[in-house]
Amino acid sequence: MKRIINRYPDRTLSVLLGALPFVLVLITYIMASNARLEENAHDKLLPSVSSMTTAVDKLAMQPSKRSGEYLFWLDTSSSLTRLGMGIGIAAIIGLVFGIINGSIPYVRANLSPFITAISLVPPLAVLPILFIVFGLGELSKVVLIAIGITPFIIRDMQTNVMELPAEQMIKAQTLGASSWLIIIRVVLPQVLPRLIGALRLSLGAAWLFLIAAEAIASTDGLGYRIFLVRRYLAMDIILPYVIWITFLSFFTDYLLKILSERLFPWFHATGK
Amino acid sequence: MAMIEANNLWKEYGDNVVLEQVNVKVEEGEFITVVGTSGCGKTTFLRMLLGIEQPTRGKLLLDGKTFPDEPGEDRGIVFQKYSVFPHLTVLKNTMLAAEFKQAPWLGKLFGAKHKQAENDAREILTSVGLENALHRYPHELSGGMQQRLAIAQALMKKPRILLLDEPFGALDPGIRADMHELIQNLWKKTGLTIFMITHDLAEGFYLGTRLWVFDKIRLDAQQANAYGACITYDIPVGKTDIEIFDDIDNSLDKSRKVLLD
Repeated sequence: MKRIINRYPDRTLSVLLGALPFVLVLITYIMASNARLEENAHDKLLPSVSSMTTAVDKLAMQPSKRSGEYLFWLDTSSSLTRLGMGIGIAAIIGLVFGIINGSIPYVRANLSPFITAISLVPPLAVLPILFIVFGLGELSKVVLIAIGITPFIIRDMQTNVMELPAEQMIKAQTLGASSWLIIIRVVLPQVLPRLIGALRLSLGAAWLFLIAAEAIASTDGLGYRIFLVRRYLAMDIILPYVIWITFLSFFTDYLLKILSERLFPWFHATGK
Repeated sequence: MAMIEANNLWKEYGDNVVLEQVNVKVEEGEFITVVGTSGCGKTTFLRMLLGIEQPTRGKLLLDGKTFPDEPGEDRGIVFQKYSVFPHLTVLKNTMLAAEFKQAPWLGKLFGAKHKQAENDAREILTSVGLENALHRYPHELSGGMQQRLAIAQALMKKPRILLLDEPFGALDPGIRADMHELIQNLWKKTGLTIFMITHDLAEGFYLGTRLWVFDKIRLDAQQANAYGACITYDIPVGKTDIEIFDDIDNSLDKSRKVLLD
């Protein structure tokens, strides 16, 4: 008998094993939901699959009676816009500061302790400040996401720059490169795939800050909606929304992965 | 005047003496192979030639002036690994030197200048035998091909001095022989001054014009770093024989044992 650490499932079995937990959760949910609904047809806690479909259909396929908007899609686009802007700003700031911090010892000595300190401030603790300074509009939500993930990206990029082999930097200098040319031709292209990696890791945190900001002050958005309908115990809306957010998060992560593999084949081939 | 001159050169890190009393002169066009036990300062000496380390005492001169204190385009380098840029193809790796020189802001060339740089790069790549791998990335090349690329990249800059830090240490013996031939031919053709560090004593006996052995004359088994190494043998290649080979081999063996125990 081979040791268990040396035994591998084949492709089909891998897929089946991977799907199993999902199926089990689904079955358990349906059984529990049926049991509760049998006792009390008006039970709200575990709505049936059909009532969730109806609720989503109402929000996604029919215009709202009050505003004429398709709320599900309005929420989705508002949230994704905020998320995209927050992550985009964080990516740009993180890339720029990460690279100069990593490449220039004088800047690093100057900024690194400060950035480390900033990264330890809990972003949600400054949310009230953001609302006071930037108002309750879009800006404060975008800023929260940016503030939340930028320090991590800067520090990650800085580490990545400093981990590039010293031999490469010396080689570039012997080829006549200035500091600027080393940054744009040697450092930047090599940390771009690592930036995508850092963004993928920050997606979870970005969603957390987005939903937190929307829950507190907003008039639309996926986070706003689930916190709004919570008052009516509308699990038939909350559950599909949570699944939808999870899917969006998964899909964004997948897109970034594909993008990175397409743009930087040399990076993924070496497995680094 | 000698091109490179070391006058009573010392290198110390605190109590740790790496090099002591190095006195040597190098003329333009020499091809020097450097051997020595690990920890005997040969890499430190190369790093001083690169400009990334400075002597603690004594003088190291280039054309009679103090050595530059950072790497520059007159001194090319090939390391054992990480010498090439993984994100660029063979052709682009080689064109880099031209792009650095002619495009100080963008670092990229366009149109006729691009064409010119590409042609120069192709020519050099052909001379190192990489003409069929122009569009491959370094990870798609064998170890020997990567080192060929690193050499081509350095040659593109037409340096005065080429520094080779155990360039063939990680290669198979057969490929190593090919590389010896390549580097010997390039040296004859270009008249570069070459310093090559190797851990293979035999390599130093038939490559180049001059062999240096870095070794510690004074050895203290209790405190290996109390004394530094200097150049114990400085012999012209071609005037060597098996006796000298055995002599050097024995003395290196002796210090290796003392240093490692």
